Amino acid sequence: MGTSLFYFLTFVALLSALSVVFAKNPVHSVLFLILTFFAISGHYLMLNAQFLAAVNIIVYAGAIMVLFLFVIMFLNLNADTEPNKSALAKVAGAIAGGMLLLVLIAALRNVNPVGADAATFDSQIGMVNRLGLVLYQQYLLPFELASVLFLVAMVGSVMLGKREAGERNF
Amino acid sequence: MEIPALAWQGLVILAVFGITLLIATYSTYAERVVAAFLQDRVGPDRAGPYGLLQPLADAVKLFTKEEFFPAGSSRGLFIFGPCLAMTTALMASAVIPFGNTILLGDGTAIRLQAIEVNIGMLYVFGVVSLGVYGLMIGGWASNNKFSLLGAVRAAAQAVSYELAMGMALIALLMVTGTLSLREIALQQYNGLWNIVYQPLGFIIFIVCAFAETNRTPFDLPECETELVGGYHTEYSSMKMGLYLFAEYINVFVASAVMSTLYFGGFSFPGEHLLYNTLTSSQGELFAHNAVTILGTVVLFAKIFFFIFFFMWVRWTLPRFRYDQLMRLGWTMLFPIAILNILLTGAFILLFGNKEAKLDTTKQPAPTEIRAVARK
Repeated sequence: MGTSLFYFLTFVALLSALSVVFAKNPVHSVLFLILTFFAISGHYLMLNAQFLAAVNIIVYAGAIMVLFLFVIMFLNLNADTEPNKSALAKVAGAIAGGMLLLVLIAALRNVNPVGADAATFDSQIGMVNRLGLVLYQQYLLPFELASVLFLVAMVGSVMLGKREAGERNF
Repeated sequence: MEIPALAWQGLVILAVFGITLLIATYSTYAERVVAAFLQDRVGPDRAGPYGLLQPLADAVKLFTKEEFFPAGSSRGLFIFGPCLAMTTALMASAVIPFGNTILLGDGTAIRLQAIEVNIGMLYVFGVVSLGVYGLMIGGWASNNKFSLLGAVRAAAQAVSYELAMGMALIALLMVTGTLSLREIALQQYNGLWNIVYQPLGFIIFIVCAFAETNRTPFDLPECETELVGGYHTEYSSMKMGLYLFAEYINVFVASAVMSTLYFGGFSFPGEHLLYNTLTSSQGELFAHNAVTILGTVVLFAKIFFFIFFFMWVRWTLPRFRYDQLMRLGWTMLFPIAILNILLTGAFILLFGNKEAKLDTTKQPAPTEIRAVARK
């Protein structure tokens, strides 16, 4: 059951990830990307990391992709209006993608594919309570620094949204 | 007759699904009755006694209308939009605890909840944030400027108000110390309702709930004076019906979440007294089940009140202007939500009896008995 579910989720993830690249229509690409996030969240759930699965959906599928879709809809990008890329852009894209592939392979080359040791593995490690304890004890400083960064971004967005003196839109 | 725990769980899931659909169906009727009452009219009274068959008549009408596809629309997504709106709306009611447990004679406990996850609050939040895709995809696929504007408005509105809603939930989370909706309900069952600890958070939450469900005064995505019909301008027949239906399901889910998070869920005043009285006269099993059933009835009473509140506001307040909506969301609700978090933290530090609240050993008699099916 677990193995077949894993293969199904992997199949969905890979297929939709490929569709993101090959889809002609940007809106379809975004929708396939959302499907990819769902498949990855399914993997998180199978690893018993419920919090990560939920946050992945909320942040990526629920917020960031909405903004992607928002921008694409505003720009009204269609398959017809998409201009052909020049040869330089294609070569540059291929080189950049190849570098990323190289880095990924280099990083994953020495990964132990056997996985966790069943005797010492703690199945509750991905639960929200445990995650909270680790974040707020072991990694408190990096966590707080990251949250300050987000707070700055949020304050900045509120500042941008504020109306300046003398400005009238209506 | 032996029914395994898993089959009971399946029955509960089916029941939750059916109840959600039924309540959404009759919300359409209730909306008209409430509107008629508030505007001093008669309201629907032709179909059946007191017009009770009106939702059926509406369904027949919608099903027999022409299925219309606008020229140049992207056909697959045009159908996918309303389906997605309906699916995401229905998904959210899965984690809401509609009652405590029902005890069977052999000691099996059935939770009156479709699925119990320890991240219930995040699940609801995630499903709510996905709900906007139905509107966006439908609006974009219609190939109509008004639909597109409605879709874009819906997206901007949803993202803006999710932020304040999440902040309000974080303050609640600091008080409860758990993400599980069931545990939040049980805490209120054994203690005070969360509205006592989080009055400001509740006000933020209810305003955001109105915005997330696209109800007046925040129904800008379908503002007919500016956008014809908004994102569903081009929709006809049952595809249109699905959009309207999804809105009522969202109202029901929002009401259920508000009742559970802030108004005690399935708890009601005097439940422990009732439990003790019934235990001494009828036995523990009967007392537990009776209190559970009464709790479910009370929860639905609270949900119906909130649904009525949604309708009451709809027929009382006029619509906001779009810039007013955004200003309210970003420059008022959001800072207030952050202030609420600070205040909550200060209160917990000053008068923190948080340990006592989390202490599970002091729970009074009718505690939850975990079902056998749990691993």
